This record gives sequence, structure tokens and C-alpha cells, in this order.
Amino acid sequence: MAVERGRQELVVTVSPHIRSEETVGRIMWTVSLSLLPAFMMGVYFFGPRAVYVTALSIVGSLFSEWLVEKMAGREITLKDGSAFLTGLLLGMNLPATVPFYIPLVGSFVAVAITKQLFGGIGYNIFNPALMGRAFVLITWPRAMTTWTEPTAAFVGLDAKTTATPLGLLKEEGMQRLLEVFGDKMSLYTQLFLGHRAGSLGETSVVAILIGAAFLRIRRYITWHIPLSYLVTVAVLAWIFGGREGLFTGDPVVHLLSGGLMLGAFFMATDYVTCPSVRKGQIVFGIGCGFLTMLIRLKAGYPEGVMFAILLMNCFTPLIDRNLKSKVFGTRKEEKKG
Amino acid sequence: MPPPARVYIPLIQHIGAPCRAVVEAGEAVKKGQLIGEPTGFVSAPVHASVSGRVEALVDVPSATGRMVPAVVIENDGEEEWVQLRDNPDYMSLPPEVLREKIKAAGIVGMGGAAFPTHVKLSPPKEKTIDTVFINGAECEPYLTADHRLMVESAAEVIEGLKIIMRILGVEKGYVGIEANKPDAIERMREAASAVPGIEVVELEMKYPQGAEKMLIKAVTGREVPPGGLPMDVGAVVQNVGTAFAIYEACRYGKPLIERVVTVTGLGVRNPGNPRARIGATVRDLIEEAGGFSDGPVKVVLGGPMMGFAQYTLDVPVTKGTSGVLVLSEKEYVSSEKFSPCIRCGRCIDACPMGLMPSMLSILSEKGFYEETREYNVFDCFECGTCAYVCPSKRPIVQFIRLAKSLLKRQ
Repeated sequence: MAVERGRQELVVTVSPHIRSEETVGRIMWTVSLSLLPAFMMGVYFFGPRAVYVTALSIVGSLFSEWLVEKMAGREITLKDGSAFLTGLLLGMNLPATVPFYIPLVGSFVAVAITKQLFGGIGYNIFNPALMGRAFVLITWPRAMTTWTEPTAAFVGLDAKTTATPLGLLKEEGMQRLLEVFGDKMSLYTQLFLGHRAGSLGETSVVAILIGAAFLRIRRYITWHIPLSYLVTVAVLAWIFGGREGLFTGDPVVHLLSGGLMLGAFFMATDYVTCPSVRKGQIVFGIGCGFLTMLIRLKAGYPEGVMFAILLMNCFTPLIDRNLKSKVFGTRKEEKKG
Repeated sequence: MPPPARVYIPLIQHIGAPCRAVVEAGEAVKKGQLIGEPTGFVSAPVHASVSGRVEALVDVPSATGRMVPAVVIENDGEEEWVQLRDNPDYMSLPPEVLREKIKAAGIVGMGGAAFPTHVKLSPPKEKTIDTVFINGAECEPYLTADHRLMVESAAEVIEGLKIIMRILGVEKGYVGIEANKPDAIERMREAASAVPGIEVVELEMKYPQGAEKMLIKAVTGREVPPGGLPMDVGAVVQNVGTAFAIYEACRYGKPLIERVVTVTGLGVRNPGNPRARIGATVRDLIEEAGGFSDGPVKVVLGGPMMGFAQYTLDVPVTKGTSGVLVLSEKEYVSSEKFSPCIRCGRCIDACPMGLMPSMLSILSEKGFYEETREYNVFDCFECGTCAYVCPSKRPIVQFIRLAKSLLKRQ
């Protein structure tokens, strides 16, 4: 009968015999897609250079991935989108005016050194894109902190250099910031839309939030890290951020400026380098917020998101080890083990 | 389905000691006649599922791939039963007698684990049992055998539950059914309406809702402690098919010689839930279901999440066989290639036991077996949810099995 017709060998594998359709590739490409609005806003504000810089960063990432995997005799994993995403994120974290070698060197440090030399996908301790950015910031501080005004490049005028809102706030105070942007409402609106100096993909809060909402709906990220991060920043900014004493700071400016939104939703949530248990993620977010504000208010740099996340990356294994998931049948207080 | 021309009845179909054959080649047997007697307390007798002549005692493949001794009976087509006696007054029998009938009928847990039922119904004295659960969750995708049984034989299943409650001296019985089976819920509610103390509970549809611990939690909120058994929280859980078999054993003295088996998957022409004789082969069942459609790739005994892939169609149906799943090219997913864990945490969110499968798989992959204890490796019951959701397609359950077996060997 028909049964005998099927003489071909049956496949024997271990259970489960069905798998979800989720793949690493799908995750990485979806996250890349969700960055598109913020990137488009960067192009709108900073012109064609935003495209060049990001493209170089992506090319550098892909090449670095291929190179190390080729040399190490490992499988080439360009298709999984991970190197592409790192390149995209690094590009979006650079000023549009940087010389061409910066995205190339940055992406090499990000992918070849930070990711591949530690074992490739899943094994890196630090967020690759941020590590690449940290390297180029320290190596070429001048190029990395020369900011131009948005839209100038787009309409073909000479780019005027300027300071970032956080730079102004740190050096000259809130009053000066208001002078530059008009009034408070205008300041908030410009920051929300992204019409300000900064890294090319970090400025538009609204575009970043659209991408983040998309990821949240697709359940690729949860609220734990971004929310605990942002709340910590807001609270600390309110308490310590003012010049007229405690509780006089402006949390909104701190929330909408710098790389915070991009960092909180797209960098601190990087699966590989953040804790994987929810309560650990909240600790991680609070830590990021604390370090960010410590740097913004007390250290030499006006912005601290990058170093904050990189420093918290170090604590991820420790957090995961000490805040394990709650095992079924155990009570909260009793620790098993 | 019509009984096959020949049945291969394994002498070990349960967890526990194997049976000793009490028939010889050439001997004539009747349907329901004892052919293998238990060799220990944790064991269950096996009976002839057809009438005919014992052809031989041979070794046959089992669902887990091992060869096991079996009695081969050539069917004479007479369907001649051993003497059965209808006892409509079975509910007035003392608990010990009822338990003895269940033991004699060779009943085991029919959800898949096949633990001898009379043992489960003999809890140690220090454990107080106050609730009995009939597990109608049937949470494995594809499987619908329990569903059909609840729709078609609701009254018998409820009678089975009543018998279990009587044996254990329990006042409270629950039937937990997932919300995706409204017809079963309705029929079971009807059947249970006149019975005090029995409640049919609709459960959220999610895998693995039918795992004993999950079922107890979903119905009563009680959590079985790590390493514990349902009886530690006063619960005994029985499968729908088991309850049905218990009724038949106590009322008619019928031994367990057939069961409902789901035969399904895109690789088979006419899926269905036939009542199959114990000892019929997977080949018999697939032929009965119209044979393979194009491109059968994998044949699984049990459900797709926890079942066993087969290398041969000569495996006989046993008391614990809940389904025969024929996966086609379309449904088949290759799991050979996997990549490193990206620590996305999907498995941690999904694990019904609250474990960290990602860490377990990484530790086991790298040979840190001892360290898996710190991550409660032995609380894993291998439901497969972690491996299902894993985007890196890691064989997480297999890594956990490896760690467990190596730790046990020490």
C-alpha cells in the first residue's frame, strides 16, 4: 500500500519536532528596519554626508565580519544581519561630518575586535557599536565632537559648527540654551523632532520612539531596560541637574538630548550584552541611568550614554548570576541552590 | 479501526519492572487474556488485544528506539473475549477492590509517561490527598485523542473520575480543559452536572498547560515544590484516557487492550482518532488512515513537542501512545544547524518552570555539567518550549538531557 511507497528513510531527531519561525536573522533585520525612521531623519537634517558615513560604517562592519570569519575558518554569517545592524548603529552614532576613515576604523573595532575576537555573535561582552564609537571618540576627539547645525548641509549652505544642547547646558547653563532655542516650548519641540546638533541618528526622538514602538509591538524589546533607564535619568536630572540647587533641574532636556533615546531603546537593550532576566534588566537600566547622569553632570564629557552602557555591560554577567529567574514552586524569599 | 491481522504486544509498556510472558508460542488466546504478568509492584500486566494464536515471542522496536520483548499474536478474527462480567453496582465496591481491578486491567497513565495507575492511586500514608484532577488540557499541538474521548464518552470519563475519588477518599474532583475545546467543556459539564464535588474548569490555552504541575497551578493556584510530586500538594492527576479505562475496568472488568490514538500530520491522507488495539503497528495505523500523502519526512510517536521520532514503522502502539504524527516536507523543520545563544531571553520568558534554559544550554554545551545544578537542571521536565522559541535554533532540551544524564551517572 501507500505506506510501502514511502520507502525513503525517515528523519530521526530529538524533540521538539516543531520550531517557531523566529530566527536570529529575522530579529537583526527587523531591528535594522526599525532604525530606518531615525536614520531618515538624520539624512533629512544632516544631508548626504549622513548616508556616506553610515554606508561606510556598514561596509566596514560587513567586511570586518567576513575577514575575521574567513581567517578563523568559521562560517560566514553576513546573512544574519548582525554585522549590518552594528554598522548601522555605529554610523547613526557618529557626527555626519567625520572624515571617511572614522566609520571604517570604528566598524573594524566594533565587529572585528569587540565581537569576532571574543568569539562572534553571542559571545561579546561589550556592545560592539558603542565600543567602536568609544574607540574613535578617544582617538579622534576633535572630529568626534565637532558638530554642525542641522539642515545647513541639506540646503547647500556652509555648515556652521555649533555645540550640542547638552554641551551648551554643561558649559553655559540652561539660560543660554533657552536663548539659542527661543523659549522652553520651542526647545522641547526642536529636541523632540531632532532639529539640533548631534550624532546623525540620535537626534530625532520622535523617529526613535516610532521605531521603538514597532519593536515593542513585535515583542523584540520589553519596557524594562528603557523605562528604568529613562526614569533614573529623569529623577537624577531633576534632583541634581539644576544650577540653583537641588530639585531645580530640567528632566525633559536631559531625556530628549544626547544619545539617550537611541541608547535606551536600541543599545542598552542589545540582547547579548544586557541581562536576560527581567529584574536584572531593571537593575541594569537603573545603573545605566545613574552612570549617564554622573558623567553628564560631573565628568569631563557633556554626554555619558555610551560610557554608561559600556560600563554596565561589564556588570551583566554579575547581575545575571545574582538575579536568577524565580523557579516554579519556590517562594520568593527562599533561595534555592 | 478494524483489528490488524497480527499484533505485537510489548511486555514492557510502562515505567517499572517488565512483565514475564505467561503464554507460549502456539497457544490459543482470547481477547483480554493475560499474556504477561508483572514482576514487581511498580509494573502492570499486559493482555491479548485480539483472539487467536500466539505466534512467537520476539523483540520489537519501542517508541524510544530500544528493542523490547513482545508477544506476537496472529488474529483469528473471532474477537472472542475472555469471560467478562458487567457489574453496574461498581461504585459500592470497597476502594481496595477497585484498585485491585485497575491493577489487574493493566492500566497505566495514558498521557505518555505510562506510570502504573494503581501505584499512583496508592499514595504513601503520610501524604494527604484532597483533590483529583482529570487532565483534559491536551496541550500538545496536533493531538486530539483526549478531546474526542471527552466529547464522545464524557459520562464514562466522569465515572472514571468518581472511581478515582472513591479510591482516594477525596471529595473534590476537577476536570481541566483548555479553552480551545468548547465542545468538550460543554459535554463534560453536562456529564458532571449531577455529580457533587466535580467541577469542569476552562483553562487558558497555552503549552504546556497539560503538564501536571501546570495543570494543578492553573486550577488551584498550588505550586508543586521543586523536585516534588503532585501528591506533595495533595493532588493526583489522571489523564482522560486513563479515567475512561478505569471506568471500563471497574464496571466490566475489561483490561486495557485498546486506546484512542491521534493519527495526523500533513503527511497522512485521512487524519483521525481511531481506537487502536495495543500491539497494532504504526504501519497499520498509517494504512488505516489512507497511507502517506506526498513527502512524509518524519514519523513521531506522541506529540510534536515531546514525542519520539521513529526510524521504522514496525513500532507497535502501546498503552502510552497518544499520537502518530506524520510530518510532511512542509511541516518538517531541520534542526541540525544551530548558532550561539544571543541571550535574547525568550526561553527564560517561556519556561513554565521558571528556569534559565539559555544558561543551562550554554553550560552543558561547554561541559560545565556540575554548574547546571545551580540553575536547577533537574526541575526541567523537557517540555521543549525553550527549543521551540529559540531564534538560534539551539537544541536546548537535548543539552539539558545530556547534563542530566551525565550528572545522574556520577
